[in-house]
Amino acid sequence: MEKTEIVRSRTVVMPGTDIDTDQIVPARFLTTTTRKGLGKALFADWRYDKDGKPKADFILNTPAAAGCKVLVAGNNFGCGSSREHAPWALIDFGIQAVISTGIADIFRSNSLKNGLVPVIVDQATHTWLLANPGVEVTIDVASCELRLPDGRSVAFPLDGFSKYCLLNGVDQLGYLLHQSDAITRFENERAWKP
Amino acid sequence: MSGRSLFQKVWDDHIVVPESADTPAVLYIDLHLTHEVTTPEAFNVLRSRGLPIRRPDLTIATLDHSTPTVPITSLKDLDVVSEPAAAAQIRTMIENCEKNGIRMYGYDSDSRGIVHVIGPELGATQPGKTIVCGDSHTSTHGAFGAIGFGIGTTEVGHVLATQCLLQRRPKTLAINVEGKLPRGVTAKDVILAIIGKIGVGGGTGSVIEYRGTTIRGLDMEQRMTICNMSIEAGARAGMIAPDDATIQYLNGRPLAPKGADWDAAVARWRALPSDADARFDREVSIDVSQLTPMVTFGTNPGMVVPVTDAVPVSDDASFRKALAYMKVEAGKPMLGMPVDVVFVGSCTNSRMSDLHDAASILRGRKVAKSVRMLVVPGSVQVQRQAEAEGLDKVFREAGAEWREAGCSMCLGMNGDIALPGQLCVSTSNRNFEGRQGIGARSVLASPLTAAASAIAGTIADPRPLLPN
Repeated sequence: MEKTEIVRSRTVVMPGTDIDTDQIVPARFLTTTTRKGLGKALFADWRYDKDGKPKADFILNTPAAAGCKVLVAGNNFGCGSSREHAPWALIDFGIQAVISTGIADIFRSNSLKNGLVPVIVDQATHTWLLANPGVEVTIDVASCELRLPDGRSVAFPLDGFSKYCLLNGVDQLGYLLHQSDAITRFENERAWKP
Repeated sequence: MSGRSLFQKVWDDHIVVPESADTPAVLYIDLHLTHEVTTPEAFNVLRSRGLPIRRPDLTIATLDHSTPTVPITSLKDLDVVSEPAAAAQIRTMIENCEKNGIRMYGYDSDSRGIVHVIGPELGATQPGKTIVCGDSHTSTHGAFGAIGFGIGTTEVGHVLATQCLLQRRPKTLAINVEGKLPRGVTAKDVILAIIGKIGVGGGTGSVIEYRGTTIRGLDMEQRMTICNMSIEAGARAGMIAPDDATIQYLNGRPLAPKGADWDAAVARWRALPSDADARFDREVSIDVSQLTPMVTFGTNPGMVVPVTDAVPVSDDASFRKALAYMKVEAGKPMLGMPVDVVFVGSCTNSRMSDLHDAASILRGRKVAKSVRMLVVPGSVQVQRQAEAEGLDKVFREAGAEWREAGCSMCLGMNGDIALPGQLCVSTSNRNFEGRQGIGARSVLASPLTAAASAIAGTIADPRPLLPN
């Protein structure tokens, strides 16, 4: 996992609520055995027509979306399936942070394990971001702040452990492996065995 | 201090290292269920880091998601019926399990099936366990009083390497369900009504405990249907306290404890239900005594109405987009809407009681000529039992296809799909855009409603067709 300290980018806005992981990556692309190259499957059913040509009116196909690293989405983004292919596809496409008023639990957990920053904001900030697509924002992981172009700074929740992992580019497996003695003790001492 | 909830008791029993302000808890996992789609990259990561599987005895594997539901007698058949990528994925899973000493219930097993159907069927799912799987419908196992939740592939790797996960304690949500279910109204209708009430994000950050007299009166298969769709309300997990029905269901199952171990386990399970003074972060109540069969009209499971109602009206942009995708009109009745495909199956509704329900409507009747109907058992065990009871004949004589066990048309990645524009009444769990095939329009319903709709060729109320 890459280190993520600052994400600075124009935003691309998808205002729809409850955008599910089946839209982010349709199931027919899940027959892969690797996490690589899923960017082309991102939002495939919204992005391409039936002949596989990009739809000109889909937001991610517009010139304004080129190079954007921050996706502003409607409430409850990433609901549905647990497929980690969803953050893999977003990252492969170039997205480094998702801003919404609500992000589904499993998607959020998967995102943090891959360096995709989930940014939960209040309704007023969200409404402003939806109404002002393409503004340049800065997401500062260390201070848990989203900075808007008018100078406003909005705090977002991120627990210390997740922050540490993002800032240092470390995944959680290393931490868990260090708990090996405690795990062995637990296995030996528990009252019943599964 | 107030008493502990079912969730709290199971959670406390699995804390290897408690959580702190800085670090999440290290939570021990008792049962890890795996399938072909969300595991290959986890095995890749372990291999590249030279890490062994810590407890291969606590992981079981099967083939269900990208697995075709046409008959397969040997792996060679896969190359004929499957896309090359799907065939390769299945082979990769089999190899990964062989190399790592993981029990695989594959093509040579009479216990293969949808991962959330075989866990309980084998008796691997038990009260008080922590159960995870790289699949969001792992919430199903909560029906036994286990904490069951879906995880991503990175976490699959964590469990393989350490048998643990890093978790923050979720909130608790009690859903009290009261009232006698009217005839023709099933567990599927109850959970659809609950999701309609609290919304698809209503359970986010929470573990639900379903309580009340209605829940106590449900059999284990119906309880699984309820818990299965907890994730469709955004919840981390859904649980139901174990009772006589739970214990009776598990007694004698292949992986259930035996002899003195069984007695000790039962004593432990009896102590799991929430204490009378347990507190929940939030409580919701629902009376189901007047409930009717429910159907979805939009593109998420919270967009749901009684089958006898009209499509609701709203100015919300996402709502209107959903109606446009579904080609349904606000204010128009759901009944009578033409149906192209009917799917009875999935981890929500593919067990014996679901097949009995569907068969009770189909017996002696014919599926409308305009409708393609698939009935897909959840496991080889269900398939065999249904065939022993002659249910396969009922389905075939009605004009439905009787298939091999698997996830099938729930998620359109194994060859079973609805075509663009087709309307599919489905007993599965998700009506997302394209879920059952590009452009396919899904209407979630109970097996009774699905079967009634197959006969009518339109969305139909099953109640007039119920046998006496």
